[in-house]
Amino acid sequence: MVATKSIKFIAILVLMMTSVFAFANEGEHDNQHHEGGNKVDTPEEIKEYIAHHLKDSHDFHLYTNNETGTHVSFPLPVIVWTSEGLRTFMSSEFHHDDAGHVIVEKDGVKLTKIHSKIYELEAGADEVVFDDHHHAENAHKVLDFSITKSVFGMLLAGLLMILGFGALAKGYKKGAIPTGFGRALEPLVIYVRDEIARPNIGEKKYRKFMSFLLTVFFFIWILNLLGLTPLGFNVTGQIAVTVCLAIFTVVIYLFSGSKDFWGHTLWMPGVPYILRPILAVIELIGFVLIKPFSLLVRLFANMTAGHFVVMSLIALVITMKEAFGPVASTGVSLALALFISVIEILVAFLQAFIFTMLSSLFIGMAVEEHDHH
Amino acid sequence: MDQLLNDFSPGLFFMQAIILLILIVLMRKFAWKPILESLQTREDGIKNALDSAEKARLEMQNLQADNKKLLNEARAEREAMLKEAREMKDKMIESAKTEAETQANSIIEQAHAAIESEKKAAIAELKSHVAGLSIEIAEKVLREELSDNSKQQKLVDSLIGEATLN
Amino acid sequence: MYNLIGAGLIVIGAGLGLGKIGGSAMEAIARQPEAAGKIQTAMIIIGALLEGLAFGALILGK
Repeated sequence: MVATKSIKFIAILVLMMTSVFAFANEGEHDNQHHEGGNKVDTPEEIKEYIAHHLKDSHDFHLYTNNETGTHVSFPLPVIVWTSEGLRTFMSSEFHHDDAGHVIVEKDGVKLTKIHSKIYELEAGADEVVFDDHHHAENAHKVLDFSITKSVFGMLLAGLLMILGFGALAKGYKKGAIPTGFGRALEPLVIYVRDEIARPNIGEKKYRKFMSFLLTVFFFIWILNLLGLTPLGFNVTGQIAVTVCLAIFTVVIYLFSGSKDFWGHTLWMPGVPYILRPILAVIELIGFVLIKPFSLLVRLFANMTAGHFVVMSLIALVITMKEAFGPVASTGVSLALALFISVIEILVAFLQAFIFTMLSSLFIGMAVEEHDHH
Repeated sequence: MDQLLNDFSPGLFFMQAIILLILIVLMRKFAWKPILESLQTREDGIKNALDSAEKARLEMQNLQADNKKLLNEARAEREAMLKEAREMKDKMIESAKTEAETQANSIIEQAHAAIESEKKAAIAELKSHVAGLSIEIAEKVLREELSDNSKQQKLVDSLIGEATLN
Repeated sequence: MYNLIGAGLIVIGAGLGLGKIGGSAMEAIARQPEAAGKIQTAMIIIGALLEGLAFGALILGK
């Protein structure tokens, strides 16, 4: 118990120190780097702000003081694999530039950030040239292994899970009944086991998949909930994250498929021989592409839409100020945003539940053994 | 679709895959395995406890039934014993009664016999006594009567007269 | 422009589907309130499949 507390304390301390340090660091730079000012006033700016928020970012931005133009944020490490090899530096070197104006040179590699993506300038180029569609002409994307905000969020969620469930696991050594926060966590674990895994996978085989299902369930749920905090994570709204989660599910159910499953998929019994190859192709596409695609798109679209709606409703404060005055617009925005946030809390759980549920359903389809033949 | 593909970051995908993999392994080792095992043991424990409680209840029932049977048996035995005792008592009383009666009868009979014989003896003695006395009296009377010859003659005469009349 | 019309069509279809699922689920729950949990789970799964389809179409059209 003492150990957990001290870990938490250290974590908070480190967080605070980093942010204070970052604040001091940012104070030195002026607002001249930022394009288009910092105020978010017009519908276009709101749209851009929301679009920016929905994307991943390389620093942890808390808020911006418009008077002084100071950004309160802490930088996150950038780790990129360029044509010249690995380069690492802190994202503060971009000075919050997101339009390709600031060029960071690291051992002969010129890097810049455009729309939350890091580009490497071609040899000889000194600044980014954009074509008509605002695509960079003389720069290309690099493989970006940075600890971005999303990665930071995942690490945070992972840390929370390990602390919470580790404590629960340790608690069982003292007695059969958990104490403290474990009491809230235990029913959730039982819920995933008894309501999701057991009925869908089957009594005999569900044990093997429990680690994956539990981890994914709590991972998605915690990240969804983190997304509702003012910290503004949008991890499960990153397509790469949901693709990865879906691919995990696909790999698991394809590799644990029983003989019956492959038999039914590739050579459907009880169907004319001519149709069997066609059915096999359809089934294969269903299992390899469509099912994971629906999994990943559902999570991505739900979370993105949720963030979009919440932020748009908050932005009503600005868009309705002209028409209704500051008090009324704030009131309306608050009421609507609160309402949607409550729904989003439900959606956060629901999406985690559905992802886990469908994963176990697909796994259940794959491991099922038919005894009628 | 194009925008989505553009937004897809292979780096993030890679990081996510690694983090998720490590997380699954870590959680499996430090959390899920012990938690699920503990839950399993606890549930098994509860199930066993319930089963054994049920078993104990059945045993208790059996025991109670046994007790009842035993009690019934004991009661029947007691009843039988009491009955036997009562019968024995009755028999004993009966036999004692009859014995006493016979004994009493015999005693009475003996007494009767003794009384009879005593009576007989007494009567006999009385008879002999009376006979003796009467003989003595007769002797004395005779002696008185026959002290002179006239009286003797007179007697003989009366006697002869009586005898001829007969 | 056309993709917006397509999105509208998708939403109409998905809305009809969700309405059908929800309505049938409500009827089923009203008929058998003791099976409400199972019906809800099944409803959510079907709804999720429908949602996946609709979102897939929306994303492809975007």
